[in-house]
Amino acid sequence: MIVSVKDAAKLIGVSVVSFCAVFVCNLFLNYNIDITSIEPLLTNEYQITFYDTLKLMGNVVALISGGCLLITSVVILFFYIKQYINAHSKELGILKALGYSKIKISKGFFVFGLSILIGSASGYLSSFLLMPAFYEVQNEKKLLPQFYASFHPSLLIYLVVLPAVCFSLLSVAFAFIKLKKPVLLLLKNATETKRIKLSTRKQKKEMPFLSDLKKATLKSKKTLVFLMGFSAFCFSAMVQMSFSMKELSSIMMGLMIILIGVILACTTLFMAVSTVISSNKKSIAMMRVEGYSVKDCRKGVLNCYRPVAYIGFAIGTAYQYGLLRISVDIIFKDIENIPQYNFDFKAFIICLIAFVLLYEFVMRYFSGRIRKCSLKEVMESGE
Amino acid sequence: MIKIKNISKYYGDKENRIQVLKNISLEIEDGDFAVILGASGSGKSTLLNVMSGLEYPDEGEVVYNKDDITKLSDGELTEFRKNNTGFIFQQYYLLPNMTAGKNVKMGAELAANTDYMEIIKAVGLEDKKDKYPSALSGGEQQRVAIARALAKRPKVLFMDEPTGALDETTGRSVLDYIMKLQKEKGLTSVMVTHNANIAETANTVIKMNSGEIVEIIKNTNQKTAYEIGW
Repeated sequence: MIVSVKDAAKLIGVSVVSFCAVFVCNLFLNYNIDITSIEPLLTNEYQITFYDTLKLMGNVVALISGGCLLITSVVILFFYIKQYINAHSKELGILKALGYSKIKISKGFFVFGLSILIGSASGYLSSFLLMPAFYEVQNEKKLLPQFYASFHPSLLIYLVVLPAVCFSLLSVAFAFIKLKKPVLLLLKNATETKRIKLSTRKQKKEMPFLSDLKKATLKSKKTLVFLMGFSAFCFSAMVQMSFSMKELSSIMMGLMIILIGVILACTTLFMAVSTVISSNKKSIAMMRVEGYSVKDCRKGVLNCYRPVAYIGFAIGTAYQYGLLRISVDIIFKDIENIPQYNFDFKAFIICLIAFVLLYEFVMRYFSGRIRKCSLKEVMESGE
Repeated sequence: MIKIKNISKYYGDKENRIQVLKNISLEIEDGDFAVILGASGSGKSTLLNVMSGLEYPDEGEVVYNKDDITKLSDGELTEFRKNNTGFIFQQYYLLPNMTAGKNVKMGAELAANTDYMEIIKAVGLEDKKDKYPSALSGGEQQRVAIARALAKRPKVLFMDEPTGALDETTGRSVLDYIMKLQKEKGLTSVMVTHNANIAETANTVIKMNSGEIVEIIKNTNQKTAYEIGW
C-alpha cells in the first residue's frame, strides 16, 4: 500500500470534525424523525406550533452545523492530501517513473476515508448515548406527548456509510488529479509555478525582513489562513452562543455547544499551527543557523496568523449574534414567553479572554517546536 | 583564532552509540582558508557543525579568541552565530517563499547591513533579485546563499560541500568566487569537502578518517579553482 493507515491516522482533525458533525446531525435528525410519530396526537394549536418549531430548529441546526462541518472536513482532507503529496512528492515521482499508473497510486489514498469513518461512526454511536437525556430536555415542560429514541438505518447510511465512501472516493479522485503532474516535477517537488508567477510582482516599499517573512508565510498557504480563522470563529461563535442561549435553551444544549466549539477550535488550531511549523521547518532551521532567535522565528512564521485569528473571532461574534437574533425574531416569533435577546457583553469578554489565553498558550507550546527545528534534522530528512 | 581542544562527539545511545569525533584538537589562524577533507562518514561535517556552534560536542572545548562556545546556552550560541559566523551549505537552504533579494536581506539585517544590494551585484544576481529560489539554477541559488552569508559580515565563513550539488563549470566559478572573496576580505574560512582536488585551493588541509584527524598539511602552493582537477 502506498499510503499507510499510519498516514491516515494523522488526520485526527478530520475525525474530530466528522465526529462533531455526525453527533449533532444524528441527535437532531433522529429526534426529527421520531417526533413525527406524535404528529397525529397533537390536539391544540400551541402543541402544533411548538412541534413545528422543534422540527424547524432541528433541521436548521443539522443543516448549519452539519453543512459547515462537512465543508471543513472536505477542506482539511484536501489540504492534508495536498500536503501529503508535497511531502512525499519524490517517492510518488519515483513510483510514477517506475511505471505505476496514476490510478494505481491514487487508489492507495482511499485509506484517508477511514478518518471519516472512525469520526462519524463514533459520533453516531455517542449521540445515542445522549439521546434519552436530549429527548427529555427538548420536551422539558411536557408540552408534547412522550416519545422515545429509536434506531433509523437510513441515518446510519446517510451519516456514516455514505460520507466514508464519498470521502474515500474524493480522496482517490483528488490524489488522481494532483498526481497528473509530470514525473520530473514530482521528483523535483515542484510547487514552483505559483512562485514563479509571484516573482514578477514588484515590492512597493522596503520592509524589514521579518515583516516580509510574515507576509510571505501568510500568502504561501491560504488554507492555513482559513483554518486559523475558522478555529477562532468556532471558539467565538459556539462559546458565546452557549452563554447567550442560557435563557433560550437548556443547560445541556449549552454545554454541548461549548464542548463542540472548544474541541473543534483546539483541533483545528493545533492542526493548523503544527502544519505551519512543519511546512516552514527548513526556513526556521536556516534562520536559527544564521542567528535568529526563537522569538524572531515565532514573529516571522507564527505571528502573522494572529490578526487572522482575531478577525475569525470577530466574525464568530457577529455570526452568533446574527443567528440568535434571527432565531428569536423570525423562527421563534410565534412562541409565547420567548425571553428578550440582547448582545451578551459579559459572555463576549469572558470568551475573548479565554480565547487569548488558549491562542497564546498554543503559540508558546509551538515555540518549543521552533526551538527543536535543527538543520541537521532537515538535512537528514533530505528536504 | 579558533582553538579546538579534545573534542569528542557521540551519536545514538547504549548499544548503538557511535563515536563520530575522537578527541580532536586543532587550531585555525585568523584569515586562514582551511579545508576539512575526508570520505563520507569520516566526521568532517560533524566537526564543522561543532566548530561553528551548530552542535554541542559531548567532550572538549571550542575556543574563539578566549571564549569557549561549548559553555554557552542555546540563546547565547544563537547570538554568537549571529555576530560571528556565516554558512554556506551544499543544498543552499534558501527560504523558498522569499525572493533571492529577501534571502540576502535575511542575512544583512542581522548585521544591520543596509548595503546588501552591493553584495547581490557582486555575486552577479542583480537582475535575479526578484526571482524565487525555484526559478533559479543551482549555481544561482548557491550564489544567493553566498551573498546571504556575506551580507552578515561574518568573522568566520563555514562551508559544507558548497560545490557538491553543482556541475563542474558552475562549481569552479562558485569556488573561484569564494576564494576571491576570502582573499579580498581576509575572511577566516573553513570548508568541508570530499574532493581532494578542491582541497588544493586551501592553505590548510585537515585530513579526516573515521572521526580522527589523520594529517594536517600546510599548503604553500595554493591553486586557483581553474587549475585543479574536478
